[in-house]
Amino acid sequence: MAAIVSVENLRKVYDSGFEALKGVDLEIREGEILALLGPNGAGKTTLISTICGITRPTSGRVTVAGHDVVTDYRASRRLIGLVPQEITLEPFTKVMVAARFTRGLFGKAPDDAYIERLLRQLSLWDKREAMTKELSGGMKRRVLIAKALAHQPRILFLDEPTAGVDVDLRKSMWEVVEALRADGVTIILTTHYIEEAEAIADRIAVINGGRILLVEEKDRLMRRMGRKELTIELQCPIDAIPETLAAFELVRGEDGQTLTYSYDRAAERTGIVTLLSALSEAGLVLRDLQTRQNSLEDIFVGLVREEA
Amino acid sequence: MNWRAIWTIYRSEMARTFRTLVQSLVAPIISTSLYFVVFGTAIGSRIETVEGIDYGAFIVPGLIMLTVLMQSISNASFGIYFPKFIGTIYEVLSAPVSFLEVVIGYVGAAATKSLMIGLVIYVTANLFVTLPVKHPFAALGFLVLTCVSFALFGFIIGIWAKNFEQLQLVPLLVINPLVFLGGAFYSISMLPPVWQTITLFNPVVYLISGFRWSFFGTADVGVGLSLAAIGVFTGACLLAIWWIFRTGWRIRS
Repeated sequence: MAAIVSVENLRKVYDSGFEALKGVDLEIREGEILALLGPNGAGKTTLISTICGITRPTSGRVTVAGHDVVTDYRASRRLIGLVPQEITLEPFTKVMVAARFTRGLFGKAPDDAYIERLLRQLSLWDKREAMTKELSGGMKRRVLIAKALAHQPRILFLDEPTAGVDVDLRKSMWEVVEALRADGVTIILTTHYIEEAEAIADRIAVINGGRILLVEEKDRLMRRMGRKELTIELQCPIDAIPETLAAFELVRGEDGQTLTYSYDRAAERTGIVTLLSALSEAGLVLRDLQTRQNSLEDIFVGLVREEA
Repeated sequence: MNWRAIWTIYRSEMARTFRTLVQSLVAPIISTSLYFVVFGTAIGSRIETVEGIDYGAFIVPGLIMLTVLMQSISNASFGIYFPKFIGTIYEVLSAPVSFLEVVIGYVGAAATKSLMIGLVIYVTANLFVTLPVKHPFAALGFLVLTCVSFALFGFIIGIWAKNFEQLQLVPLLVINPLVFLGGAFYSISMLPPVWQTITLFNPVVYLISGFRWSFFGTADVGVGLSLAAIGVFTGACLLAIWWIFRTGWRIRS
């Protein structure tokens, strides 16, 4: 797939001297959902703001569908919709009017039929005549999405779209994102909810301290770095792990009743069979077994810690 | 040019004006009426004429200018400060619009509003005094130019201001004295010679003088000079705004 957004050696130093981006390279493919993962202050918002034109790059180059975001900003910005992190809406503006405003600002001819479709899709149609200040937090966020989509962009940036949003709404937000992807919209979302990236992204980019640490297909990343854990519950608690089991590097649970074995799922031999026979040789009786796939969260925490 | 964006900003700003139309219009009407009661009737009855013009009528152009100046500045500064304050400015910054388009939209709307108020005051004044306009087109021209140039100035203040106090500061500390010392209520020929010279450094003098000329055909300073002064002021504001957008000063990090 061709890159629709291309970031080359992007640096951003703020007036305060803070270097938010330290030479970022990133290619975003047309039609994908890319999750930009990173702790607070990692540079996620600065990166997005630079691509969208709100922040000026100190050096480096960003192009959107081949258009430079500085020299050819009209062409690049026309393709982009942005949902900011903070809920920022004119309090006295009606929902419908707010969506029309953005569409006009981006130079598109009025199309109320499209706006209606959009508001219905976001379950906002009933609230179209309501002032934004009367809406709940979740609805306000959806109004921001409606505004960002009002000019039919090909790329949508969602800056922490589900921060402080309840579970139901988060799920419905993901459905909206899925529907957009089906329409061919490229979606970049920043988040520090790993489960979010895990649930909807095609690719994951991890950013920390102004650097991209890795960009990879989500599935491959999980496979490559995902270790599995086997938790063994014993019939009777033990005080110490028998010497004969030392090679398996088991971790004894606090109550002495569980043992945890980690292994690489992708490896040729997982060692589970050997472990089980060694356990019975050591005279330990098993009550239950449980395996768990490492989540992206574990991978992420590992990466960020390594960096530090 | 993204004409649609200009129109969108303009219309949205005007919608905000019309939402608060009553407040916007009632306040200037009341204050104008108060000026007439105090200056026109109570004091004016003892002054009678200035340069052959009935005092009540003489102060009208200055009064209109005073309100229009203040309104232009406060409309435009608030118009751009508000989205900065609540954060909605991100939308304008990430839209495919140039600085010129943003300025035309915001300043155009602010100037339109103050022009409306200026006309309302003119109509109100007609209730108190007979007010012939000798050069109506020149009067309208001066009025529009003033609305636009001071809306530009207000736009700069709105971008410069970091809080609501600063937003009030310039109109209060700078514009108010300039207007009162700008010959709104007197002819500068009534001042001692030294003050007459000092007054000539006050840009507002040229505005009021030019505007008064278009009503009565007499002026403190030449009309050409008045026009030139507004031209220079407008040019300076445009230059400042161009610089602001080029450097992103206080709006784009």
